[in-house]
Amino acid sequence: MVPRPSDTSAGSETPRDPGVIVSPRGRFSRLRDRRFWVRVADRLFTGATGAAALVILGIATLLVLLLVQSSYPSLTRFGFGFLYGTVWNPNQTVLSPLIFGALPAIYGTMVIAAIGMLFGVPLSLGIAIFLTELSPGWLRGGLSFVIELLAAIPSVVYGVWGLIVVVPLMATTVEPGLHATLGQLPGLSGVFAAPASGYNGFSYLTAGIILAIMVIPTISSVSREAFLVVPNDQREAALSLGATSWETTRLSVLPYARRGVLGAITLGLGRAIGETIAIVLVVGNSYAISGSLFSSGTTIAAFIATEFGEANGIERAALLELGLVLLAVSLLINVGARLLVRRGIGPVGGAE
Amino acid sequence: MRFDRDVRRKLFSHAMAIACLACVAIAILPLGDILYTSAVNGLKVLSFQFFTQNSPIPCDPRFQTGCSFGGIYNSIQGTLLLIVIAAGIALPVGILCGIYLSEFGANPLGNAARFFADVLAGVPSIVMGVVVFSLFLLLFQDGYITSDYVLSVLSASIALAFIMLPIVARTAEEALRLVPTTTREAALALGIPRYRVVLRIVLRSARSAVITGGLLAVARAAGETAPLIILNPGNLFPFAPALGLHQTTASLPISIYRWIVSPYPNWQADAWGATFVLVILMLGISVAARLALRERFGAALR
Repeated sequence: MVPRPSDTSAGSETPRDPGVIVSPRGRFSRLRDRRFWVRVADRLFTGATGAAALVILGIATLLVLLLVQSSYPSLTRFGFGFLYGTVWNPNQTVLSPLIFGALPAIYGTMVIAAIGMLFGVPLSLGIAIFLTELSPGWLRGGLSFVIELLAAIPSVVYGVWGLIVVVPLMATTVEPGLHATLGQLPGLSGVFAAPASGYNGFSYLTAGIILAIMVIPTISSVSREAFLVVPNDQREAALSLGATSWETTRLSVLPYARRGVLGAITLGLGRAIGETIAIVLVVGNSYAISGSLFSSGTTIAAFIATEFGEANGIERAALLELGLVLLAVSLLINVGARLLVRRGIGPVGGAE
Repeated sequence: MRFDRDVRRKLFSHAMAIACLACVAIAILPLGDILYTSAVNGLKVLSFQFFTQNSPIPCDPRFQTGCSFGGIYNSIQGTLLLIVIAAGIALPVGILCGIYLSEFGANPLGNAARFFADVLAGVPSIVMGVVVFSLFLLLFQDGYITSDYVLSVLSASIALAFIMLPIVARTAEEALRLVPTTTREAALALGIPRYRVVLRIVLRSARSAVITGGLLAVARAAGETAPLIILNPGNLFPFAPALGLHQTTASLPISIYRWIVSPYPNWQADAWGATFVLVILMLGISVAARLALRERFGAALR
């Protein structure tokens, strides 16, 4: 094959060194070259954005390291007993040794989160289904807007409202009523037992109900996203077989969006276990374990909030260890939720 | 027979639709009652003086005379101070991080940062509070700061910044991703440097969505109570505005919390006034942010 003239000439020419800019003006001519400065600016800019991304990683690391470091005295002194101990005694006397056990707070967190999920999940799913599948178009925008506003109310406001409106209602009507009806059923008398101090409305149940309202925007908006990415073919296939709109939802939309919905519920749970101030205001803040939903208790987050100000030394370390427990649980839940949601419906913003 | 079954199925479908509508109604009910209760109780104390006076001395008219309602001037000043500092840290860093995630983030660092931003957004705010407390205590013990700073405007602002940062970063990323790749390619083809393409063209196109994300993060931080209970407890200097970063400050959420659990009538009344102000502020920001978002991006960012 005959080589083209251009090929041979390219080979014979001396290659120009691309790293050195030849200029008659002298040694520092690179500094006058605009392209050089553009490259420097580009590097600086990329570096700055990368540094900002590193800040996120830094905060995450800081979180874990600092909590472990500052709760170390308590970690080593109480070991695993911390997790199942039931007594929190910061004031050492001859009769009562210094001891910190986290079980009442852990128990309260679990019970209240469970109640919140029990009410919050069906409500949120009902809302999400109504807004994506069943609502007439003219109602959809307005209603979803109003539901999203629930997320804009600060938690202290939910707490104040719970304290002034819900707590008296629970004390006078709901709790005695539940005791008189469901409490009479065999097996449920313990759960709906009247507390020794009488019905004062500050209870696991009240806190759980407030929590249920607070997780609605999270769960309903994330599961709505999951419903919205279900392809219309799925719905059309069901409808063409004669399914009613509910059957379409149950048979083709819900199974398709299962993963996203599970992620939404998990995200809501993550929200629920970290909620602090609204719980502090309605739960009664007593460090005790009780089988009755009408008795007062506390949660990990609420207990830290109420005790941290007066705590010192080893008690502060113990409270920080509680924080570490809360962090570990919330990390587990959030990592799980993100994995579920991401695989299910793609990226979801961290805002709500 | 078949006819009957179809009717039953249709009825069931309608019943489920009504049940789902009932869920919506049950969710809206508390929102309505929160607005109603805080408006009715809050408007009783709301006046011009309510915004210009400092927190009142606790007072019970049954035992004392000359009780005053005072106001929320120092609480608003405190909230603004906290928010300005927190936003001053979190917005630039968060937006830069969002740029990295969207423009240069298709690598392990980007994936890790994205994942941890999501995880951080789910960390309870009380944990952020105690972590920043530990951080500042450590800095104090090592002699870098004086003891004032442990419980101060500065430490609380940093906790709020930590809370805002992942929200800002992720919303900025989502907003920047919506700018079409062809826009970037067209600009780069004209020989415009990368940083100018990102700053002048991509960021500018996504400006309103980025601002909206920042606004939502600011709203979230302004209503945050838990870290402030740790870092700015209301029992330290709550009656006058903070004069420096090393002091503690009153803030709307903390004042509400402290006043509503107190036995003093004037404090309880003020708690409702402050609640009403906070609710209106939050709903205002949220409505404005969402309206702006919708106008610009339609259904793309819900």
